[in-house]
Amino acid sequence: MTSYLDYSVGEPIADTRAPEGPVGDRWDRRRFTAKLVNPANRRAHTVIVVGTGLAGGAAGATLAEQGYRVTQFCYQDSPRRAHSIAAQGGINAAKNYRNDGDSVHRLFYDTVKGGDFRARESNVHRLAEVSVQIIDQCVAQGVPFAREYGGLLDTRSFGGVQVSRTFYARGQTGQQLLLGAYQALSRQIAAGAVEMHPRTEMLDLIVIDGRARGIVARDLVTGRISTHFADAVVLATGGYGNVFHLSTNAKNSNATAIWRAHRRGAYFANPCFTQIHPTCIPRSGDHQSKLTLMSESLRNDGRIWVPKAKGDRRPPGEIPQAERDYYLERIYPAFGNLVPRDIASRAAKNVCDEGRGVGPGGQGVYLDFADAIARMGREKVAEKYGNLFEMYERITAEDPYRVPMRIYPAIHYTMGGLWVDYDLRTTIPGLFAIGEANFSDHGANRLGASALMQGLADGYFVLPCTINDYLARQPRDEVDPAHPAVTEAVTRTTGRLDRLLAVDGDRTPESFHRELGQLLWEHCGMARDDAGLRKALERIPALREEFWQRVKVPGTGERLNQQLEKANRIVDHLELAELMCLDALHRTESCGGHFREESRTPEGEAARKDEEFGYVAAWEFTGDGAAPVLHKEDLVFEYVHPTQRSYA
Amino acid sequence: MRLTLRIWRQPGPDADGAMTTYEVDGIAPEMSFLEMLDTLNERLITEGEDPVAFDHDCREGICGACGMVINGRAHGPERTTTCQLHMRHFADGDTVDVEPWRAAAFPVVRDLVVDRSAFDRIIGAGGYVTVPTGSAPEAHATPVPKPAADTAFEHAECIGCGACVAACPNGSAMLFTSAKVVHLNVLPQGAPERESRVLDMVGQMDAEGFGGCTNTGECAVACPKGIPLPSIAAMNREFLRAARKAPR
Amino acid sequence: MRWCRPTVADMALATRAVPRPSTLATLWRSTIGKKTVMAVTGVVMLLFLVAHMLGNLKIFFGAGDYNAYASWLRTIGEPALHHGWFLWIMRVGLVASVAGHVVSAWQLSRRDLAARPTAYVHRRPRASYATRTMRWGGVILALFIVWHILDLTTLTVNPRAEPGHPYENVVADFHNWYADVIYLVAMLALGLHIRHGFRSAAQTLGAVTRRGDRAFRIAGNVLALVLTAGFVAVPVSVMTGVLN
Ligand SMILES: Cc1cc2nc3c(=O)[nH]c(=O)nc-3n(C[C@H](O)[C@H](O)[C@H](O)COP(=O)(O)OP(=O)(O)OC[C@H]3O[C@@H](n4cnc5c(N)ncnc54)[C@H](O)[C@@H]3O)c2cc1C
Ligand code: HEM
Ligand code: HEM
Ligand code: SF4
Ligand code: F3S
Ligand code: FES
Repeated sequence: MTSYLDYSVGEPIADTRAPEGPVGDRWDRRRFTAKLVNPANRRAHTVIVVGTGLAGGAAGATLAEQGYRVTQFCYQDSPRRAHSIAAQGGINAAKNYRNDGDSVHRLFYDTVKGGDFRARESNVHRLAEVSVQIIDQCVAQGVPFAREYGGLLDTRSFGGVQVSRTFYARGQTGQQLLLGAYQALSRQIAAGAVEMHPRTEMLDLIVIDGRARGIVARDLVTGRISTHFADAVVLATGGYGNVFHLSTNAKNSNATAIWRAHRRGAYFANPCFTQIHPTCIPRSGDHQSKLTLMSESLRNDGRIWVPKAKGDRRPPGEIPQAERDYYLERIYPAFGNLVPRDIASRAAKNVCDEGRGVGPGGQGVYLDFADAIARMGREKVAEKYGNLFEMYERITAEDPYRVPMRIYPAIHYTMGGLWVDYDLRTTIPGLFAIGEANFSDHGANRLGASALMQGLADGYFVLPCTINDYLARQPRDEVDPAHPAVTEAVTRTTGRLDRLLAVDGDRTPESFHRELGQLLWEHCGMARDDAGLRKALERIPALREEFWQRVKVPGTGERLNQQLEKANRIVDHLELAELMCLDALHRTESCGGHFREESRTPEGEAARKDEEFGYVAAWEFTGDGAAPVLHKEDLVFEYVHPTQRSYA
Repeated sequence: MRLTLRIWRQPGPDADGAMTTYEVDGIAPEMSFLEMLDTLNERLITEGEDPVAFDHDCREGICGACGMVINGRAHGPERTTTCQLHMRHFADGDTVDVEPWRAAAFPVVRDLVVDRSAFDRIIGAGGYVTVPTGSAPEAHATPVPKPAADTAFEHAECIGCGACVAACPNGSAMLFTSAKVVHLNVLPQGAPERESRVLDMVGQMDAEGFGGCTNTGECAVACPKGIPLPSIAAMNREFLRAARKAPR
Repeated sequence: MRWCRPTVADMALATRAVPRPSTLATLWRSTIGKKTVMAVTGVVMLLFLVAHMLGNLKIFFGAGDYNAYASWLRTIGEPALHHGWFLWIMRVGLVASVAGHVVSAWQLSRRDLAARPTAYVHRRPRASYATRTMRWGGVILALFIVWHILDLTTLTVNPRAEPGHPYENVVADFHNWYADVIYLVAMLALGLHIRHGFRSAAQTLGAVTRRGDRAFRIAGNVLALVLTAGFVAVPVSVMTGVLN
């Protein structure tokens, strides 16, 4: 068995499908050059869509409206429960309703820069263009965005951007947008245009003659393994943040679909680009099963501090001002508590590593509203943050009006994912990836309120257009269900489930997940260094080995078996984690969410190395136990010129 | 903290179920109810028993996946989802009864997991605005008065958890259906399909085998999102209006 | 009972191609429509009862007034209507109301009970006593109405049974302990039925709004109290000797 560290560098890849010309014309051109499928022939084409989040829900509904036959899957009992439902803050769009100088170009610029110059200009520009249509579409569907008294849409500013371009529906924007997509999808399901399979999990991709032609899925209620065939397969299965065990993602979010596709030949891009959110409720003990996000907006008025002395266990109220360290205000006097997500997160980690963290396990810092309450009065604070304070109190039983909140960073979003070209095609013909599942348009760091925008852009507008071109150019042929590739995929899937059930060891699946998560959080979390990553790369295969020897999955595969589902997902987490660490190890620069201790500016901040790493790292799977191959896609910046970020 | 749990165990849809007693120890008050069940399950697995099956996903009160009847109350003693219920609301030594949502329209799948797909079919029958992608007018073309927008939002908050059905003595889905009908019917965008929406959704609701509403009001008390009881009246109003108008 | 069980596909089609059933069919086939029938008939019966109670209270003005009032009832609408016609028209309306109310109640109740096939092991209802006893209260009322008509209209079971002398009949009645029990229980059932029923009807008919909810609850309670007190006053007065 070769070591993962022996990866090799393969052919570079060029994203051939982005048209030439001025960036603002490219999407128009692409749409014009795309071949179309005659509307009368669309019924004869089937498209599989895996996932019903913003990306998948929007895509399924739109493809069905266009006349395609859609077969769609989600692991939840209803498409409406996809993880997108949890998004809180809002969705960006370059509407410029505020007349505050916003434009498509500015949104494009902010996104490329916010992504620390690791995203493609042509994709991001398209995203900014389409953002405008998204709002129109959602409003027409009845999404109840916040409105002003005049009846027009309200917006707010988000994530340190200087314009007010974030549309929102209180703290439940994701829910409202998802319900909009779900309703459109439900209409197509009722009309018979979409065949919906809830509680059904995709477990493998079927590739025939080099083209993605279907999936192997397991009915989670009956345990039945089935195959589904189509002319194209779309993965909209969300991010892989749950590799870390504790994250703000839904408990069952997983990497299975994209990882299995990767194993079948789809390149995996920038797996180490993960985003950590600074304001989450800290864990309260070993029983913790997931983490809850508290909106970033709290940092506008709360002051972050820890005791100056190590191990100071006094209650916060008894620590005098002189013995408190308002560390963000101290280190970043210009931005103070409002530094970007990655910087705030790292600073919190540093003070906790110094032993000055607060709360159980010393994994937390105070977010104190005492000054804000003194300044604005309790009413004003309640008006602005009342619902967040309530949520905090419900979870922690502490009253943030009296005791400072405790917060800690947590894994929140994954910028990496399946590599896709301008048309959202993966490297397997006929396999598309949309939403958080692809290595998205966010480069190395996603701006707040941009994931919802990207998911809906992909699902409503981009994929339904680009998939036409693919389908129109393919010969139409039926898949032979007895094809060896089909049998092989099925046998592999059942074999793996049987193997999991057969181990009958002495450790629960969850215990492995927890251990993996701790390992990754420590070595591939907020700050990464060579030694730590190497250690993780050594430890992960050993843990995988142990998993296959000691895991205990009770019951059978013939009916609802949630432990089997979980164990099966952990298998993929255990594999993906290794690639994440390798990617993080090879990228010796710091950029966006990826911070390498070795690559800092003299002030200790993240230092990019554009010359060396101005590329997308797309990894090719070469077999179990074999080292992957790295393909580089060079990034070219014609419109937004890379600069180093500074917040001191 | 030590608790006695009596949990409904049912191996499958057609199997018989029964309450089964478990003792759990070392429960921390900070745990959520689901984390408490996780703890029990971890132990059951190592002891070679089948863990208790229950639906859950977001674990922050928004996806609507979780839900069980705890001591006779849908989602338990607090007005929130089961995943956001914390063990500090129980006392050491308590006996806690845990049952699935019980309704003919929500057949039990296993243990505490029920099939709520009837809700999806109610939405499919009319809980949408027909607006194919790309056909939408400019968002500001239709201003929406703020009160209407606020009412729509308040009703759109429904997470489809089914607690209303579980709490209703008639297993009625009126609160859920009314939440959706009101959300769309108060908006100008929903106006063109106003009549057909309510007629079709109510028709599907009845066809699914939910009970009728006797205006008991248990649903609104159990609803973790505070969908108000008068929404049902609002839906009735819409229905009667539509029944008068539609045949013409 | 399962009426109309369309599949989802049927529904999707029904919204477009197939013409909708008539307003009446739509109402009678749906739970909301049936409930509307109950609410409307319930309100009709309620109006009758308010008038009936007020009329009953005339008993405190003595036998002459009361008996005159009873015979006046038969002259309402004259000369357009013949003698006693108004009463018959009212009776037809009431019988139709009771029938509609009871049939809907019966059908809906069967459906409601079927919708919760397995009872909760741990039951902790929050609804009021009045709300939980509507069905039994209704049954008591139905039995009472039969008894009451046999007692004071047809006089079949009345101890005095003097046609045209309701005052004497009523007073004679309430000297009987079992009549007192029957009436008091029925009046109590009526009060509870209205306590829940009034607001319930308002909700069914769509009259309740978030602001008006409290007002309907209060009005329902007041109405229940006034009706019960007004009706109970008669037997109690006889029992205590105020009336004789
Ligand atoms: C707490 C939180 C708050 C956020 N707030 C914001 C915000 O304010 N603004 C913003 O822009 N972004 C926000 N984000 C990010 C954003 O919500 C997500 O990036 C986005 O919703 C992802 O959408 P998606 O459609 O790609 O995937 P998801 O919504 O994750 O959907 C995945 C779908 O795939 C299905 N699926 C997965 N695997 C399988 C399988 N193997 N077989 C079958 N089905 C499968 C699932 O059932 C599900 O339907 C937030 C994220 C979190 C965690
Ligand atoms: C004396 C006459 C009666 C009056 C004034 C009356 C009035 C009402 C009213 C106003 C309602 C509320 C309707 C709604 O919810 O929309 C109601 C409900 C009901 N009535 Fe009656 N009713 C009477 C007799 C009966 C009888 C005889 C029965 C019996 C079989 C009955 C059974 C019910 C039932 C089961 C309900 C529904 C319970 C509920 O809404 O919770 N009622 N009644
Ligand atoms: C103590 C209270 C009551 C008294 C003293 C009383 C008295 C009477 C009398 C004297 C009549 C005969 C009137 C006539 O034929 O001229 C009558 C009729 C009637 N009462 Fe009552 N009543 C009482 C309560 C009720 C209640 C609670 C109800 C209904 C639930 C009711 C329903 C009726 C009906 C339906 C008739 C028949 C009307 C007709 O067909 O003529 N009564 N009542
Ligand atoms: S109305 Fe309330 S209780 Fe019913 S499904 Fe919606 S959120 Fe759940
Ligand atoms: S509890 Fe049931 S009876 Fe009606 S008011 Fe709520 S649906
Ligand atoms: S798990 Fe999502 S609401 Fe409880």
